[in-house]
Amino acid sequence: MNKLLFNTLPKSRQYIYSISIIIIVASICFLLSGFMGYRVAALVLLLTVSLLAVIFNIFPVLLAALLSALIWDIFFIPPRFTLHVANTEDSILLFMYFIIAMISGVLSYKIRQVEKAARLREERANSVKLYNTILNSLSHELRTPIAAIIGATDNLQSNMNLSAEQRAQLLTEISKASLRLNQQVENLLNISRLESGHIKPKNDWCDIVELVYDVVKRVEENSTRRNINISINQNLPLCSIDKGMLDQIIYNLLNNAAIHTAPQCRIDISVNCHADLLEILIEDNGKGFLGIDNKDVFDKFSRTKNPKTSGSGLGLSIVKGFTEALNGTVELVNIKEGGASFAISIPVKTSHPKLVLQ
Amino acid sequence: MSKAEILIIDDEPQIRKLLEITLQSNGFAVKMAFTAKEGMIMAANHPPELILLDLGLPDQSGHSVLKHLRQWYTNPVIILSVQKNEEDIIMALDNGANDYLSKPFRTGELLARIRLALRSSNIDEKETLLQVDNLEIDLTTRSVKKDSQLVKLTATEYNLLALLVKNEGKVLTHQYLLRAIWGPGYINQSQYLRVFIAQIRKKIEDDPNMPKFLLTESGVGYRFVSVS
Repeated sequence: MNKLLFNTLPKSRQYIYSISIIIIVASICFLLSGFMGYRVAALVLLLTVSLLAVIFNIFPVLLAALLSALIWDIFFIPPRFTLHVANTEDSILLFMYFIIAMISGVLSYKIRQVEKAARLREERANSVKLYNTILNSLSHELRTPIAAIIGATDNLQSNMNLSAEQRAQLLTEISKASLRLNQQVENLLNISRLESGHIKPKNDWCDIVELVYDVVKRVEENSTRRNINISINQNLPLCSIDKGMLDQIIYNLLNNAAIHTAPQCRIDISVNCHADLLEILIEDNGKGFLGIDNKDVFDKFSRTKNPKTSGSGLGLSIVKGFTEALNGTVELVNIKEGGASFAISIPVKTSHPKLVLQ
Repeated sequence: MSKAEILIIDDEPQIRKLLEITLQSNGFAVKMAFTAKEGMIMAANHPPELILLDLGLPDQSGHSVLKHLRQWYTNPVIILSVQKNEEDIIMALDNGANDYLSKPFRTGELLARIRLALRSSNIDEKETLLQVDNLEIDLTTRSVKKDSQLVKLTATEYNLLALLVKNEGKVLTHQYLLRAIWGPGYINQSQYLRVFIAQIRKKIEDDPNMPKFLLTESGVGYRFVSVS
């Protein structure tokens, strides 16, 4: 958001700046007073006050107006070094100078107020739009598993004609639906952490090899026995990073790949760390992202055009949000032979085990 | 042998019901308390073998219950928490909790943790020889054998492993381990722990990437388990 230049400076600084600028400009005019008349000096000072009005708040500007009027009166209007003004014309000029300086201060203040109101209106409109999108997407994503749970339990409680096999199937559905609900809630909590803007990485030394194997194990447990190929240098240095965020980034990408590709598809993760840059590559040979721009996939609630796949559209925006919170970047490339490839690079502090062991 | 008695201190009716059914059907005797006050009175009147304690209770926090309990109660306490709030969990472990579970948890996991805690509280303090699968750890001779072969550990590696083995099943926090092995000046040097744990795993685990003895509790600490 365009914060009109120095408008965000603390008040006390603004006073100090506007006083010093007026004094500097006045001194220059005073030194040059041999070359220009005192009325030109008034115009230069007036210009300075108007410029200050553009960048500072109203009160520092009014102070500058008052101060510059006094300086002009004492140091420029003859007789110099007195408050006294010799002729009527100069009195009128001084009076007008003061009024114009005040007006420019007040006017720019008013313009800023109007701008602020417009900005607020726009923000509110955007948040209403976002809220509606969230509601639509969420009501679907949350209600579907809830419907499955309610329907299955109703059947189990009151339908006496169920075979043992059907009962077992319903129980599996309940279990799957609740895991899905849990994942959605986890995503929502993460999104709200990102939205609140208070997200700060808690860096600690992390064994990346251990973390990757742990995440892969969890993804494999949750999705129908998918096999994920890990290629990682066992002698990777320790990295100082927020473990929870990195975990979530890798989990979301691998989980996406596991959910949205056919069971026979290959999923690979490779990790490298050179020159304090942690690089993670997650690839699959599924269909890739169809009908959507590679940059847009990270937007909140963006979904591919394939109506069969489910998802809240939150997973990848969490990946992007967390990666950026770690000062890193994430990119999607559709592989020519088919499949998606996510490349993540995050700058990290590293520590080699050998140094620790010494 | 009589049934092991477990006291549940939790105020959520659904969780209470779930825990009651799960534990009773798995051969435990269950007692339940709604509030912190009630829980402490019940624990004092008839000390259970194990306590499941929820951190968010209506009358006071689970942390203060734990502190009170630990003044006299030595059996295992397992913490239940609603969210994976690492600071909360670390605080509870430092205040003497043996283990923790964050909701939602799988019942299999709950039962495994309860059995683990009960077993480790029954381990004879004087027991100095531990044998699991192909691993043998002798605390008197300070020797570790894998597949009957002596494993060469450095003094620090051995001390770290021995501390975890002596507290088998219990989660030891990063800070606790760093303080105990390296000293109070090292409690923020977590890279030492990561490196030494990785070294020990390479020496005692069959697959160091899929450890089965020396387990990581992400963001919290480590524990030694013997899956016999």
